[in-house]
Amino acid sequence: MGQQEKQSIVSMIGSVLVIGFYSMYIYRNYLSADLELLNDFQFWGRSFLYLIPIGIVVQIVIHIVFAIVNRIVTGEDMSDFSDERDKLIELKSIRISHWVFIFGFMLSMGSLALGMKPYVMFITLISSGFLASLTSEVAKIIYYRKGV
Amino acid sequence: MGKDKLFITNNIRKLRFFANEMTQQELADKTGVTRQTVVAIENGKYFPSLELAFRMAYIFKVTLDEVFSYHSEDDPVLAKINKNKTKEK
Repeated sequence: MGQQEKQSIVSMIGSVLVIGFYSMYIYRNYLSADLELLNDFQFWGRSFLYLIPIGIVVQIVIHIVFAIVNRIVTGEDMSDFSDERDKLIELKSIRISHWVFIFGFMLSMGSLALGMKPYVMFITLISSGFLASLTSEVAKIIYYRKGV
Repeated sequence: MGKDKLFITNNIRKLRFFANEMTQQELADKTGVTRQTVVAIENGKYFPSLELAFRMAYIFKVTLDEVFSYHSEDDPVLAKINKNKTKEK
């Protein structure tokens, strides 16, 4: 397995951990006590704003830990060098993830149009962002394995 | 994706052999790409940019068509174009 594929898998694990633990934290500390918060726009605004920096920091930490573990186990340094093939794969996978997010965005707007509660829209938005990031990494792995 | 594009083949393995059994890593270092990219090109899973193709030819001291060969009769796109031209006539 190539270095890029390993990094993609680590990113996927990072995304799952971030969204999983963050959802659990939000539910235990806020929603379990007061479900009415689901209809509070301020709550959703804060949740989104905190999720972004937390996600970035956790991903950076996970990648640093992985680089250290990888160095110890395989003796190889993680290189951040990317050539033309890496850039092409990056672009193609980003394009796919954008389509997934656009689809999720349309679904979330559709939920509003159908008169569903606003929290359905916010949950759909977060889910589509999460799915888009997973799709991007899966697409990268497929492109690295099958060719581009 | 790679399977339907085999109308472009390469002789990189042979050229590496004649270049004192140059390793994939050495070729990667000389051309400024990763070893994985050299492996992908050799296996026909990635077709390099014109710049990288010329760089490879330059390193092996051969012409571009000695590194990469194009088999037009296997090209489905060209076959379709030729078929349409025949229909028009």
